Amino acid sequence: MSPKASKPLVPAQTDPAATRNFCIIAHIDHGKSTLADRMLQLTGVVQPRDMKAQYLDRMDIERERGITIKSQAVRMPWEYAGETFAFHMIDTPGHVDFSYEVSRSLAACEGALLLVDAAQGIEAQTLANLYLAMEHDLAIIPVLNKIDLPAAMPDKYAEELAHLIGCEPDDVLRVSGKTGEGVEALLDRIVEEVPAPEGQADAPARAMIFDSVYDTYRGVVTFVRVVDGQLSHREKIQMMSTGVTHELLEIGVSSPEPEATKGLGVGEVGYLITGVKDVRQSKVGDTVTSAKNPAVEIIGGYEDPKPMVFSGLFPIDGSDFPVLREALEKLQLNDAALNFEPETSTALGFGFRVGFLGLLHLEITRERLEQEYNLELISTAPNVVYQVTGEDGEVSTVTNPSEFPEGKILEIREPVVDATIIVPAEYIGAVMELCQSRRGRMEGMDYLSEERVEIRYKMPLAEIVFDFFDQLKSRTKGYASLNWQASGEQAADLVKVDILLQGDKVDAFSAITHRDHAYSYGVKMASKLKELIPRQQFEVPIQAAIGSRIIARENIRAIRKDVLSKCYGGDISRKRKLLEKQKEGKKRMKMVGTVEVPQEAFIAALSSDEGNAKEKAKK
Amino acid sequence: MPTTLPLGDPVPADGSFPPEVRTALPSRADKPLGLYVHIPFCSVRCGYCDFNTYTAEDLGPGASHQSYPDTLIAELWFASRAYDDAAPPRALSTVFFGGGTPTLLPAEELARILGTARDLFGFAPGAEITTEANPDTVTPESAQLLAQAGFTRLSLGMQSAVPHVLATLDRTHNPENVPAAHAAARAAGLETSLDLIYGTPGESLEDWQQSLEAAIALEPDHISAYSLIIEEGTAMAVQIRRGVLPDIDPDDQADKYLLTDELLSAAGYQWYEVSNFSRNRQTRSRHNLNYWLDSDWWGAGPGAHSHLAGMRWWNVKHPAAYAQRVHQGVSPGHGREILDAQAKVLEHLMLRLRIREGLDLAEYNALPELAASGGVPITQDQLGQLVDDGLLEPGPAEPTASYRQGRAVLTLKGRLLADAVTRRLAG
Repeated sequence: MSPKASKPLVPAQTDPAATRNFCIIAHIDHGKSTLADRMLQLTGVVQPRDMKAQYLDRMDIERERGITIKSQAVRMPWEYAGETFAFHMIDTPGHVDFSYEVSRSLAACEGALLLVDAAQGIEAQTLANLYLAMEHDLAIIPVLNKIDLPAAMPDKYAEELAHLIGCEPDDVLRVSGKTGEGVEALLDRIVEEVPAPEGQADAPARAMIFDSVYDTYRGVVTFVRVVDGQLSHREKIQMMSTGVTHELLEIGVSSPEPEATKGLGVGEVGYLITGVKDVRQSKVGDTVTSAKNPAVEIIGGYEDPKPMVFSGLFPIDGSDFPVLREALEKLQLNDAALNFEPETSTALGFGFRVGFLGLLHLEITRERLEQEYNLELISTAPNVVYQVTGEDGEVSTVTNPSEFPEGKILEIREPVVDATIIVPAEYIGAVMELCQSRRGRMEGMDYLSEERVEIRYKMPLAEIVFDFFDQLKSRTKGYASLNWQASGEQAADLVKVDILLQGDKVDAFSAITHRDHAYSYGVKMASKLKELIPRQQFEVPIQAAIGSRIIARENIRAIRKDVLSKCYGGDISRKRKLLEKQKEGKKRMKMVGTVEVPQEAFIAALSSDEGNAKEKAKK
Repeated sequence: MPTTLPLGDPVPADGSFPPEVRTALPSRADKPLGLYVHIPFCSVRCGYCDFNTYTAEDLGPGASHQSYPDTLIAELWFASRAYDDAAPPRALSTVFFGGGTPTLLPAEELARILGTARDLFGFAPGAEITTEANPDTVTPESAQLLAQAGFTRLSLGMQSAVPHVLATLDRTHNPENVPAAHAAARAAGLETSLDLIYGTPGESLEDWQQSLEAAIALEPDHISAYSLIIEEGTAMAVQIRRGVLPDIDPDDQADKYLLTDELLSAAGYQWYEVSNFSRNRQTRSRHNLNYWLDSDWWGAGPGAHSHLAGMRWWNVKHPAAYAQRVHQGVSPGHGREILDAQAKVLEHLMLRLRIREGLDLAEYNALPELAASGGVPITQDQLGQLVDDGLLEPGPAEPTASYRQGRAVLTLKGRLLADAVTRRLAG
């Protein structure tokens, strides 16, 4: 066994040959954070008395959900065969919505630990990230975690992993993050297997940003991996995508608390502080260089974050609109992928059209707005980005049903994704049936082991953003895992379905759907609303329409009795209080024409049928 | 009187009135003063009933069938002292014994309680004095005794003429006793009223018609017809939740209300309040009208509600707790509220709209409380809209004689939607 290093190497003076950069690829509940905790302890960077569970997860909301959204980098010393090494462990986001951030984290490493729960086997997202790591040519160290669990089946899953990455089952490490068993051997294996970084020490400095976090006290903290040259304290740096320069106020490494250093050299990973207040000025994937001696070529792979899913967010209390604006602006400081613009809905009032990377991103954002800013929100059905070509040949981008052109349409293109589903073989039929009903095209199927299958579909993104995951889980008793990645676009026969109350269009309920699904959407929405909207003093027809063609209809009959029959001495106070309450309740009603629609009806009509969105995001 | 008491401010032990009531009370000398006497006993608890009533004969000291009259009398003494302390004496215009089943107590005891009220407050000339009665408990002899004691009016809990409906309501009286009880009251010279309930689970429109026709056939002076209300915590609410009984259907109740109005009108009964019909103006229940016209009344008995000059209060609910307080000379008041301007305006609106004379618009718009609470006067536009929607009677063609002049009066459809009309006018 290796002892922990007695004398850690000094940043900016570390030989790249003694540096090891790696990340951990794992599904959200497979124990990544617990394993990281053990590494922090074994390498001695966190004293036992300072240890708290899931040390690296800072945000409350992450801790609550048990998932890691923002990655961080930790420098740890380790001694192996008499030599001291510097490890940089880069934490990767675990969810599909953040696949671009994952790809940048992977690009900052030479190796990856593939961490899999020994009782559950590999999940779809892990598999997708594994493929991504292989594309980046990283050294993969397969690790089974939680071997202390009674339900652990290490032999079975070692076989599965060996099959996936082309090694021997014996090469798969077996550890327990909980007890610490096997973790020292794992640290040794990192030295042996992960290649040292390579770069030109005397070239102009180039460092890739793989994460960027807003801190209330320090402003934006930018995490970088130095590729060439050296970055030093107090020098002027330049962002290569924009050319903007900043003073480098502090440079350092996390170990795991931030420690300022003189600089960072080739292959090293650390943080920069420049005093900027907005993460959009320090974009993930961008290249940092020295302003005095700038590099010529940006590090490859930079992309602007592209929202995939749009939803309208409206405060239930209209007077909260300025609070919502301020809250979104604050969240944006720390979330370069979040974009929003004001939107007005006749039914829901003033709100924002917000673009997200995916559904989890949407849910987390919404939850933070509600928890941290005390807002009550209605969110409209998520919408993907359509390219609509009108008769005149003009192409418009539609992120909101209200932008759907009224006239004749030549072509509509919708985003498609490659979806990967891993499921026990007995559910293949159920999964195929679901995917087929969502306009999926099967691309292939592989047995990971005798019992588990990877199924690949090409699917319209629109079909998976609304309640697909719930459906998948419920049809597979919770066993299925899903991953998807964008895969271009396709032409499709799509229409906009409007919902009318008493002849008035309710913009919040309009949806863009495939023509074959329009009728069922219309019928479902109309009958839902019939249940949700209380009877009014007049009859209220509910209609679903494509253009001027009515495709479904329901009727809310007029209320005929709204009177307390008995109102004697003791009833008067009670009756008056009831009327006062009803008057208050009226303030929470939205008027659609002359129809009073309770907020609850909007919330219920816009939520999916099975379970709520929170459950969905947790899985 | 619903079982659940409202939350309110505490009532002082001596039951004394707050300054605003003491100031207002003398100026109300020409408003009628009523007395409600609650008898919290029944022989059977009906499944739909959430009134403050008990089937045990002995609910503790001062709260048994035998001792309860003395407890009530003690509260009447307390009431007269508290009242006289605040304002010059005022004679009672109306007295109403309700329950429960007042006639479970011997007629002599009812007479003794009434006699005490007369001694303490005095009766105004032509005072209306009613007791509720279960049809099984009225005999020619007891009716005579009540009439001799000063009662002028008997209200019979008939509810329905259809056996399966009565069974669902847990009413144990024999429907054939209704005509006999009614005849006994008539023979004793009492005015009569019949209480009916419609919309009971399982009741057909024909069943209801049968009940109405049976009531009309007796030619009472007055008929009250209430739609069944399912109150939380009643046995019937539980049965409906468990699916043993079908839920009540507001559309069915609306149909039955229309039938009620049609048959009673044809038989010469006019509505004068949403649920009350009378043969003529003189046979209306003045006691009940006073509830809707902002008059004053004292409610005696456990859980009873009172109103004096903008203050509402209510007694403790359980008869034993009530008796203990009364016998210690402590106010049985459990809580009270002094109505603020806004509450007074809303009550005025909601209560006046329920009655045939409707809401006097000039009076409403000039209420000092309306201005004081920042309320908005009712506009011609609002009224026009409600008339167009068929909820208010249009103005008279001849702007001279009609009582509708300057008043918001509900149409038949409007009576069924009275609460909606109130909300619209309350803004």
